[in-house]
Amino acid sequence: MTAATDTLPPGFGGPDAEDLRQADLPPVMPIAIATLALVVTGGVFVAAQYGRAAHLTVPTVLLAVAAVLLLVNAVLVARIKAFAWPVFFRVLGWALLAYAVIAGILEYVFIYDHTPARLLALFSAMLVLFAVDVPLMLSYSVARWQPLDAT
Amino acid sequence: MTDTAVEHVAHGESPPGVEPGSSPPPGAGGHGPPPVPNFNIVPVRALPIVAVVLIGLVVAIGTDNLWALTFYHVAGGGLWTSLDLFLGLVLGPIMGSMSIPSRVEFTTKFMPKMLLIMPTLVAMTLGAGFQLARHVGNLEASYPHHGWLVASMVIVGAMSVIALGLLEPANLAVLFELKKPRPNGERIGRLMKVFIYTAGITGLLQVATIVIMTFLASR
Repeated sequence: MTAATDTLPPGFGGPDAEDLRQADLPPVMPIAIATLALVVTGGVFVAAQYGRAAHLTVPTVLLAVAAVLLLVNAVLVARIKAFAWPVFFRVLGWALLAYAVIAGILEYVFIYDHTPARLLALFSAMLVLFAVDVPLMLSYSVARWQPLDAT
Repeated sequence: MTDTAVEHVAHGESPPGVEPGSSPPPGAGGHGPPPVPNFNIVPVRALPIVAVVLIGLVVAIGTDNLWALTFYHVAGGGLWTSLDLFLGLVLGPIMGSMSIPSRVEFTTKFMPKMLLIMPTLVAMTLGAGFQLARHVGNLEASYPHHGWLVASMVIVGAMSVIALGLLEPANLAVLFELKKPRPNGERIGRLMKVFIYTAGITGLLQVATIVIMTFLASR
């Protein structure tokens, strides 16, 4: 097969300091993805019951587990010693802003649709977790590959 | 010539004779990393377009206008699916066969745009879709084909987790890697693979959603 005709330039591949640091990092991404999956599952569970008396036990449990996972993840991230914190907080700030807008649009839809109070509270809590969990994933996945002195 | 260089990138190996992690200064003797064009991670000039689209979405929902909701849902969903499939099945293999400098240049021009396009299309499709389903009564549990709608929700939920948990983080990480004075080509290759494959998977899941949606629309 004929494809790329050049060779990999020296210094453009192979493990570097950031690769070597990965083994010391906690499993933030799997936990964050699990958190998101729980929130989405809860949302689908509630939406599937639209128009009839919704059973809220299952989504409430899913929400509670997701909240615990998010909290655990925040603690795990906070305990990382060698990390590109300036980059992490820069991405986190902008991502929080962007996902607050997206969550705000969804909240607007729920309020506009006169969603019953208990359901609205549940959806709102899910949106809060969503709007924090996704920015956490984005900022962590960027900062983990950045040199410690990166700004 | 074979695509040995691509294989090296894909498997994280250094080419023969190159020590892992060795990094001569960029451009030294023509053997440094390929030059990375200057680029903005977030294409600021496109933000007003995104704002207009999102304001239109809010207005469509606020007015409950059937045409506007249908337009946002169908246009957003169609573009989302096409882009995902195009990325995963057409552009991905093409990129895999491109030379590394070409790939770097393409990535710096392409990925920032995707950072804005994909979330906007997802918001359009899902926001308008939920409201449309509610408007025409498909969301009601008493709707005869409610099970199909729930199935589509499950698929969309899976797509959201894949897109937000794998695709978007990979997209952003590639852009920040390319902003480094000395980007790591092996890492970029690995992250781009995640991006392209997850785009392909969500594209295929989108096809399943379209099968359900067209089935429901024809009932």
